[in-house]
Amino acid sequence: MRYAMVIDTKKCVGCSDCVVACQTENNVPIGYCRDWITERVEGTYPKVELELRSERCNHCENAPCVRCCPTGASHIIDGGIVLVTPNECIGCGACIESCPYDARFQHPDGYVDKCTFCHHRLEKGQLPACVSVCPTKCMYFGDLDNPNSEVSQLLKARKHKTLAPEAGTKPHVYYLI
Amino acid sequence: MEEELFTSGRNIPNIDPSLQIWHWPISVYLFLGGLAAGLLFFAALFTVLKKDGEVPATVKYAVIMAPIALVLGLIALFYDLTHKFYFWQLYTTVRIESPMSWGAWVLLLITPLSMLWVFSYWKEIFPKMDMKFGFLRKFQSFLVKNRMNMAYLLIPLAIVLGIYTGILLSAFNARPLWNNAILGPLFLVSGLSTAAATIILFSKSHSERSLFSKIDIILIVIELALIVHMIMGYWAGSEVQLEAMELLINGEFTVMFFVFVVILGLLVPGFLEILELRGYKVPVVVPAILILIGGLVFRFVMVEAGQLTRYLY
Repeated sequence: MRYAMVIDTKKCVGCSDCVVACQTENNVPIGYCRDWITERVEGTYPKVELELRSERCNHCENAPCVRCCPTGASHIIDGGIVLVTPNECIGCGACIESCPYDARFQHPDGYVDKCTFCHHRLEKGQLPACVSVCPTKCMYFGDLDNPNSEVSQLLKARKHKTLAPEAGTKPHVYYLI
Repeated sequence: MEEELFTSGRNIPNIDPSLQIWHWPISVYLFLGGLAAGLLFFAALFTVLKKDGEVPATVKYAVIMAPIALVLGLIALFYDLTHKFYFWQLYTTVRIESPMSWGAWVLLLITPLSMLWVFSYWKEIFPKMDMKFGFLRKFQSFLVKNRMNMAYLLIPLAIVLGIYTGILLSAFNARPLWNNAILGPLFLVSGLSTAAATIILFSKSHSERSLFSKIDIILIVIELALIVHMIMGYWAGSEVQLEAMELLINGEFTVMFFVFVVILGLLVPGFLEILELRGYKVPVVVPAILILIGGLVFRFVMVEAGQLTRYLY
């Protein structure tokens, strides 16, 4: 089992529904986000291209945050999801420094927090909150090890990329371009 | 023409625009840790070489600063934790891949060891202060007998502590300014140099001062060479590293870096020490203080500037 998220940048309209859904589902404190929208405008007028991306923790296969954690609070569970155990986290900030995506933050209670791929929902057979609310259905979630899953099929059929692959992190969030 | 106009959208008030996770206590700790590592290294080295009689300040007096620096450094580290009362979780596991885990364990060993070292010289540091309890006297004579063993332990521990203060930063590939292999040796040499300066401040014997002036000049030359290597490394690097280099050589940290670290912290004190060895009258306090300030500013520049650098995507 290797969970992955596939996001279609051609369908995303940048409405931020995923951001709000995440904040509501996970009780993210005000002023913090576990996911966010990035706009990237490229080119010169009149040939201008806009790319919209819903970004979050990439649940990297080679996660620098897990490597640098001095207590083992950051860890990878079955399915390749990177999680933080609040009661083991000392709030040293090493994982925040180590993340090329700046996906982690210090929760006002002190421990480090980030996207969990909504693994509490996955256990109940539901999709992550962001995926389930997306009004343009531009987000897909599934198992990369299953060649027939929607995500595997999409990655086979469409051109795609990951963010900062040169960082060597092997992200599990893919963007269709 | 492919021109990127902007990348934006992320504006999370408590996270953006740039990372500020490690604040001044971390810079202060990296300085104090390097200083303590250097002091303990010199004290242990001269003991192992059986030259401890010739360098009284090194093995007895300046080394008092080591446990003080370590305790202050530990307080600073604790202060910068955000989930403070779980700090003991550091000592429930050993994580080989995490430099911070290495550091936590080394500090756990070297801090009490540095205190025991100073205690073993108690009678000579405070000749008038008599220890009232017999068991303390017995304990002290036990320590005096085992001083050589302590020295053998301290040498590797001090080197690991000195290098780890640099590796702690260089292990983060997400921060291009930090991510260069030279930072570990550079921080070790800088720590040894600040320790030599502290010994010069404490020493009352002329021969010891000139010995450490000579050692310090060598360390300054090595440090300058390592800084040149570091900048060459950025220069030969990828775009993110070129951007990181800009901060040091043509950006907001240029004045801090070149004026306070390179010129006032290395070149000027090195020059003054050479003059002093040549027989000119230079108060030794001046180069020693300049080196200490330079070392501290260097830690601040690296910690603050490093957090401004990041990956582009």
